[in-house]
Amino acid sequence: MTTTADRPEVLAPEAPGGPGHHAPEGDHAHEIHEHHGPTGILKWLTSTDHKVIGQSYMITALVVFFISGFMALLIRTQLMSPNGSLLSPQVYNELFTMHGSVMLYLFAGPFAFGGLANYIVPLQIGAPDMAFPRLNALSYWLFLGGSITMLSGFFVSGGAASFAWVAYAPLSNATNSPGAGADLWLMSLGLTGFSAIFTAVNLIATIFYLRAPGMTMFRMPIFTWNMLVTGILILIAFPVLFSAVVMLFCDRHFGTHIFTVQGGGVPVLWQHLFWFFGHPEVYILALPYFGVVTEIIPVFSRKPLFGYRGMVVATMSIAALSTGVWAHHMFTTGVVLLPFFSLLSLLIAVPTGIKFFNWIGTMWRGQIAFRVPMLFSVGFLFAFLMGGVTGVLLASPPVDFQTHDTYFVVAHFHQVLIGTTVFAGFAGFYYWYPKMYGRMLRESLGKLHFWLLFIGFWLAFIPQYLLGLDGMPRRIVNYPQSPSWQTLNIVSTVGAYIIGFSFLFFFINLFVSWQKPVRAGANPWDGHALEWFTSSPPPHHNYTHLPLIRSERPTWDYNHPEHRTIVHAPRGSGAGRDRELEGANR
Amino acid sequence: MKVEARLLIIIGVFFAIIAGAYWFTSYETAGTLMLIGSTGLGLLPGAYYLWWSRHMKPRLEDDPDATIEEGAGEVDAFPSSSIWPFILGVGAFFAALSFVFGVWMAPIAAGFILSAAIGGTVESRRGGTV
Repeated sequence: MTTTADRPEVLAPEAPGGPGHHAPEGDHAHEIHEHHGPTGILKWLTSTDHKVIGQSYMITALVVFFISGFMALLIRTQLMSPNGSLLSPQVYNELFTMHGSVMLYLFAGPFAFGGLANYIVPLQIGAPDMAFPRLNALSYWLFLGGSITMLSGFFVSGGAASFAWVAYAPLSNATNSPGAGADLWLMSLGLTGFSAIFTAVNLIATIFYLRAPGMTMFRMPIFTWNMLVTGILILIAFPVLFSAVVMLFCDRHFGTHIFTVQGGGVPVLWQHLFWFFGHPEVYILALPYFGVVTEIIPVFSRKPLFGYRGMVVATMSIAALSTGVWAHHMFTTGVVLLPFFSLLSLLIAVPTGIKFFNWIGTMWRGQIAFRVPMLFSVGFLFAFLMGGVTGVLLASPPVDFQTHDTYFVVAHFHQVLIGTTVFAGFAGFYYWYPKMYGRMLRESLGKLHFWLLFIGFWLAFIPQYLLGLDGMPRRIVNYPQSPSWQTLNIVSTVGAYIIGFSFLFFFINLFVSWQKPVRAGANPWDGHALEWFTSSPPPHHNYTHLPLIRSERPTWDYNHPEHRTIVHAPRGSGAGRDRELEGANR
Repeated sequence: MKVEARLLIIIGVFFAIIAGAYWFTSYETAGTLMLIGSTGLGLLPGAYYLWWSRHMKPRLEDDPDATIEEGAGEVDAFPSSSIWPFILGVGAFFAALSFVFGVWMAPIAAGFILSAAIGGTVESRRGGTV
């Protein structure tokens, strides 16, 4: 079944009214775009609507997030005593491998570019759907298939993959890691990798071709910009991972010797290929969440974003530099060019610093409202700052030689990744939940969730820095030779349990909002970007009306004609627009 | 379209510079080849978009003064529901599993993939989209 999407009508900008009451509500939408699709399970199986697919992505990603979080709690429980006997070494290896793999491949990325971006990007640029809706649906099914493939490793003989999420050669070859679990892990990367590539193609095509009239590239919200750059990074990184996976599979089963010394292969080649994917992957995970907080901070500071173009350039610089730093994960191999990779890694701190400066500049002298999405965003700033600063330390080879493969590195990347994917990810969830379901989440429960998560987060990971500096290696199942590490490990475990406990309030919040809905309306936060103009949830094909787009804040301009966004237009852009806006701002 | 083209070309040029710098400081082949590949990833579509940006009519989404009324009419045709992506996904799932559990799964995968290919094509023709 195919339907055509007509261009929405214009809604005159001079219409009066207060925030949240301007956008047309759903009734009118359904008159125009009455959509008789299947319902229930058949709707889920057959839908090509970006909103349904985005929600499917988010729900699947959250399910595997909680499964993987449970694995983390088992790992932390094991480490509470120097001779912990909860887990056997084999099970422990499987658990930390799958915890890392599930979080990185199945939660952090798909939640952002499959879930949030799928739902929000077409709305933010005024598009009726993604450019290739059926390809979008296929991406989701590949992702779901890949998730099931990876997790099913626990149910085959020999257990799940146990070579850590990086699968270094020669540990990952057929001799050292026999069994179906490792092969399932490789196949899962193939399926989810193609899912990511298809989603990236879809996002880029949507952003290039389906923008509303007047939505020029430099009027797109930063979240959409970041998703565009993330899409390009995915196209750079994931094909390399897939080719590496194919080579490793051939080594394991078809007798090739690409990564084995015996046959003239080079084991370090795996590290080169993996990290050429792996470091851009870090920014594939981070950039979408930078975009999320860049959407939230201006709205809750009631100011336009400080340094819009600086943000775009910083995002592009981070992405470009991130592909030239892969071997900073390989400093201790002794066969990489230390000055080159150290310099480029240190340089990433510059655009990231610009972003930080702009986030703080946006809040500076703003009327900050500490609602739940804003709290999570500020939590992200603290967490990411700590993770980022320790990252700068690790970019220095002498420091890296000391701390490589210790808990210092574990603490560093958990602070980066939890800062981005959990703090900023849930900031986005709390921010856009009213748009997706037309109902609000409770503030008090959300704040409880935030504060417990925040306390648990610092309690869990600050001790790990100290343990790392004291020499505790990562990926060890017990530590009988150093019982003095026990105290800090117990503190860290308590922190991990507080993190786990905080999500109880998240579930209660979902339950309460489902049982006793508080209607959200189209624009509960007095938002800036286009998605807040349509009804909550948006109708089929998203828009019945669109406002005039003259800045990166079209919904704000429409709702506050007396305080329209001042545009510092570049040379050569439409002079008529400048005159019109100057008039509006006088 | 010009901004899109420039964006991709800048990426390509950046990688060309980094690839050169990397090769002449390290003489390491794997990384250099991947950087050259990334150069192509920027330059090829960038050149395509640049060519189109000079040959296509100006687009409303690139015009800072465009109004919504100017874009009135049909945007495009979009499929609203289809079972075939799911069937194709199931086929890909079984194809991946056949590498792990044996070739006996391959015919199942082929069945799903072929039926999805045929079904999807027929649906596209009837529905009027390609």
